[in-house]
Order: sequence, then structure tokens, then C-alpha cells
Amino acid sequence: MKKFFSILLTIFVPLSFTNASKAAGHMEAEVIHWWTSGGEQAAISEFAKAWEEMGNTWIDTAITGGDNARGTTVNRIIGGNPPTAAQFNVSKQFVDLVEQGLLQSLEEVASAEGWRDFIYPPELIETCEFEGEFYCVPVNIHSWQWMWINNDVYKQVGLPVPQTFEEFLAGAPKIQEAGIIPLALGGQGWQESGMFDVVASSIMGFPLMQSIYRDKDLDAFRDGRFESVLNTYRELNQFTDEGSPGRLWNDTTAMVIEGKAAMQVMGDWARGEFAVAGKEAMVDYSCVIPGKEKYVALGGDVFVFPKNDDPKVKDAQLAMASMMVNQTVQAKFNNAKGSLPMRLDVDTSAADACMQMGLDLIQNPDAIMRESDDWNTPAFTAAWGDIISEFRNDPNYTVAQVMDDLEGVLTSGL
Amino acid sequence: MPFYRNIAAKIALLPMIVISLTVFVGCIIYSFVYSLTNSKLVPVMNYVGFDQYERLFKQRKWDVAVENIFIYGFVFTIGCLIIGFLLAVLIDQKIRGESLFRTIFLYPYAMSFVVTGLVWKWVLNPTFGLENSMHMWGMTWFELDWLVNRDLAIYAVCIAAVWQGAGFVMVLMLAGLRGIDEDIWKSLSIEGVAKWKSYIFVILPMLRPMVVTAIVLIAAGVVKVYDLILALTSGGPGYATTTPAMYVMENFFSRANLGQAFAASIIMFISVVCILAPWAFYEFYLRNKYANN
Repeated sequence: MKKFFSILLTIFVPLSFTNASKAAGHMEAEVIHWWTSGGEQAAISEFAKAWEEMGNTWIDTAITGGDNARGTTVNRIIGGNPPTAAQFNVSKQFVDLVEQGLLQSLEEVASAEGWRDFIYPPELIETCEFEGEFYCVPVNIHSWQWMWINNDVYKQVGLPVPQTFEEFLAGAPKIQEAGIIPLALGGQGWQESGMFDVVASSIMGFPLMQSIYRDKDLDAFRDGRFESVLNTYRELNQFTDEGSPGRLWNDTTAMVIEGKAAMQVMGDWARGEFAVAGKEAMVDYSCVIPGKEKYVALGGDVFVFPKNDDPKVKDAQLAMASMMVNQTVQAKFNNAKGSLPMRLDVDTSAADACMQMGLDLIQNPDAIMRESDDWNTPAFTAAWGDIISEFRNDPNYTVAQVMDDLEGVLTSGL
Repeated sequence: MPFYRNIAAKIALLPMIVISLTVFVGCIIYSFVYSLTNSKLVPVMNYVGFDQYERLFKQRKWDVAVENIFIYGFVFTIGCLIIGFLLAVLIDQKIRGESLFRTIFLYPYAMSFVVTGLVWKWVLNPTFGLENSMHMWGMTWFELDWLVNRDLAIYAVCIAAVWQGAGFVMVLMLAGLRGIDEDIWKSLSIEGVAKWKSYIFVILPMLRPMVVTAIVLIAAGVVKVYDLILALTSGGPGYATTTPAMYVMENFFSRANLGQAFAASIIMFISVVCILAPWAFYEFYLRNKYANN
């Protein structure tokens, strides 16, 4: 009997203590995100750690796949059970939520801390600002504009590492003869259209891309340069392997790491895979921003804070927003994530050669490019991506037909 | 018939009636109303007429999806029926170890479509599946690229689906075969009818209820096919194996295009009604009428 009580004591005494400590200024926050791979988890746990050091509780709701996570967030907001914070991309994905008045304004903390002064580049402010108020927190910058190249493969066939898609195409037959897959591409819609936009920006430059994607300028679209992008894209696709359809991006990166393939076009999150495999930037692999004019795209992630009836939740939301833009937290988070921070005054001494390239480039405002989804709805980018994906997979889909179908999307008002 | 007859049964049925009216009919009306709006991420009452339907029918992707569902429906139904019936006939030959075979053939049905999809994805993958193994065994002429060939990928989906569904049809048919009176077999053998002829011309018509049950169950699976394709091809290569259900789900969730999703689901609903209504009319109304006369 004595033993029984001692067991009871050991169970309940600590519980009552934690309850006591919870009472004093303690906040609880549930965060929905889709960061589930190794490097990504390390990154989000930097946020969680910082939050818990403030004496709060972090409830982690990780959902695999951005689509699923965003779907869950929207469903829960509409269903009346919103999370404290939720991840979206730097894009138009959450505009509807703002317009329907479902998100918490962060203006209070944003103007108090002077977010408009330190968030860089200013384009990120545009993403989050609606009618003069902040509705999201940008946390990082990811750029798609990279070719990841296995240096050994090029050494083996005796070619220099290509700096443009033209150079890559010139060397590709020789790589194929050596029994190596020249282009590693995972045949999923987002990978196919992601690579397409990199080809597009490197061949026709960002200003033209902007007049097509943002201004829907049909003259710019029809001036012949877009066709040449399509042709180059089709040429590139001859050099993929038949295992491509449906392959995940990280499995595809692994092919480049192992030397089974020469090159992959992928965003800077691929660097994490090379790092985990113990490869060194510019020694074992090269990261190249293809084209004469080099760009760094402003992809990345934001967190939004759905409105809640409970005033305590609002306090937690503002506190978390302020924590996410904090210099120290930003440094830790982005080093783990491999992304660029959203402010310049962050310690990036741990950056490797590739990340340093991105950091140098982003300081030049002319090198900053936007992506289609900064201006367009998910419905638009998805309809556009469908056509690009079909163009890649169906050799009978002619360039002229694709041009007509893409024009249909441009004029659809989606 | 007076209202109070079987009043207890009617009261017991009331919750079911209320639920089906509100959930099914209510949701159908809701979907239709919002399919006339340009709702994006959240449903908003912003009337645009039949724009969403117009856009839907202009989509190359929707055409592909509709074509796929017909191919899939046809091959899957016929494949399951033929293979299921053949397996049932073979097992009906009073073979040894019958229960073992029955278990083996029925086993795939116990799996979820997601598992089936993943298994066949690995088997049919040209770079590390069956083709690769055959190449390593020296048979380099062997080619199995169905899954990555945009014209054949939908048939690869059918193979996986038939593999899973045939066992179930077999069990249904076998139950039917076991219900056939011994005397019929005796008279057939006295008449000297060949065995295959008796199966096709005598026994099969007697199995009509089993065949109808099997077709209804299979058809219900055809319209809602989603998980199998998602696991096996994710709709690829390109969107060569996409289906209407995938189109709807995509627009609901990842594309934040609710209006379009509602429009597509209404079209799905209407086509199912169009196919089922004449059959149901015959099965439940005309047949009873003639039977009663």
C-alpha cells in the first residue's frame, strides 16, 4: 500500500508543479507546417526551441506535402478550429483568407518593431501587406534558379562544367555515350514546371518573363522568345531517363550525388541533400545559376495567423510573429534550412560556397526575380503547369498548340 | 396504404431518411449552387453563371480524365469478371488444396488500394522493377515500360486494379457455383454437353444475380477510383492517367479552385445518374411490373 501511494505521488506531484508553472504568462501555440524531411525538421525545431525557451508550449502539426498542409489549414479555419499559425508559400495562396477577414493582422507588432525597415528584399513586404497592414511573416527565401552538377561526371568525360543550358546541351550527347544520364528530372508536375521557369528566365530574362506572367502581355508572349524557351525545354527533355515519371525530387538529387546523372535543375533546398551525403560545394559538386544574367528568385515560406475568438491566442500569435523575425532565431533557422534569411543583418558565417553566391546576388536589386505564383492564383499556375507538363510528356503536342493553350490560360482571368 | 401501418419501422427509418436527405441531397444542391460561382480558396457567393462548366469542357485535362475513366471502367469490369469467373471455375473442379488457393486469390482484396498501387509501382518501374531484374538476368530484350509510357500507363493501372479485384469476383462466383444443383450437372453430363459449353451457356446464365452484384460493386469502385492511381502514377506521366475524381480533388485542395471542383463533381454526378438511371429503372421497376403481371 505504501508503495502504491509513492507511485501515485511520483505521478501527480510533478503534474501539479507543471500546472502551476503554466499559469504564469504561459502561451500555447499549434503550428501547421509541411517540413518533414531531415533538414526541414531541424529548421522548424529551431522555431520550436526558441518558442519553448520563452516558456511556452509548441504543438507541432506536421503534415506531409504542402498541398495537404494548406488544405488542412483552410479546412480548419472554415470549420472554426483554426491553428495558431500555419505555413504558406510566398505567393497568392492565402489572399482569399485575407480578403475574407480570416487572418489576424500583425500590424501592431510589425510597426512597433519596424518590420518595414529590416525585411529585405522589399518585395517580401509586398507579399504580406494588404491595405497597409501585415498579414504574414516571411521567414526565408528559396530560389529555384540552380543547376546542381556532379563535377566527377564532367571530369570523367573531359568537359568543363556548363554555365548555361546551351553549354549543357552541347555536352549532353557525350555524357550519354559514357552511359550516364545527362539530365536528372523527376517527372512530377511541380518539378517539370519549376525547371521550365528556370529555363525561361535564363533564356529570355526576367523583364520579359514579368511582362508575360504578371502583365499578361500577349505581344511579349508572341515575340518568338517564348517559343525558343519551349524548344530548348523540349531538347533538354531528350536527355532524361525513362524512370523519370513520378520520381521524387530528393531521389532525383541522389542520382546526381551518386554520379548516375550529371545535372539536376532544382531549388536551393537540394543543397541539403548534398550536405547530408557529405559532399562539398564547388569540389564534389557545382551549383550554377544558368544564363548570362543571373537571378535569385524570391520563393520561400511565410507563416499566417488565423483569427481566433480567444484573446489569449492573439497574444501568442503576435509573440510568435515577433520571434520568427528575430535576428538570432533567423540565423539558426536559415542555417538549418539552407535558405537565405529575410533580413540582411543576420549572421551567415556558416554559409557554404553556394549559399554565399545567393547571399551576394540578393544584395543586387536587379538580380532579384519573382515567380509566377507571386502574381497569380494557384489555379492559374496549376493550369499553366499542366500544359508544361503535358508538353514535356507528349511529343505530339506541338509548340504552336502549346502556345495557343498557354495563351488561353493567360486570357482566362483565372 | 395507411400511414400508421408499420409505424415503428417508419420511425426507425426516419433518422436514415433525414441523414440521406440533408447529407446527400443537401450537399448536391450546395455543390450545384457554388458551381455557379467563382469561388477560389473559400466558398463565396459570387454568381458567374455557367462559366465554370464552360471552362471545364475546354480543359484538355478533363477530356483525358473522362477518357481514362471509360477505359478503366471497361477494362477493369470485364477483366475482373472474366478472370474472376475463370478462377472460380478452376477452383470448382474439386481440386486439392482449394482453401489455400482461395486464400491466395482473395488476398489482394484485403489490401488497400494504396498498397496495391505502391507494389505495382515498384514492379513496373523500368529502372528498378521487373524490367531491370530481367536485364540483370541477361534478357536485355525484355521491355516493360507501361508505367512510363503515356499511352499504356492507364492499362498498367487496370492490371493492378484487376489483380486486386479479381479475387473478390471469384469468391462471389464460387458461391454461386456451389449453389448450382447437382442434378443440373448430372443432366448436363447425360445429355453429353461439353464442360466448357455447359459453363458458358447453362451455368453462367444461372449466376445472373452474382454477376449483377459483382458489376454493381465494381462499378461503384470505378467511379470513385482515386487512391490506386494516386499511389501508382499520381496521374502521370504528365496527366495521362488522371481521372475525374482526381481532377475534383486537385481543384478542391491544391489548386484552391472550388468553383471548378464543384462544377466537375456535378458533371460526375450527372453522368453517373445518366448511366445508372435506365438500368435502375429496368431492374427495379420494369422487371417487377412484368413479374407481377
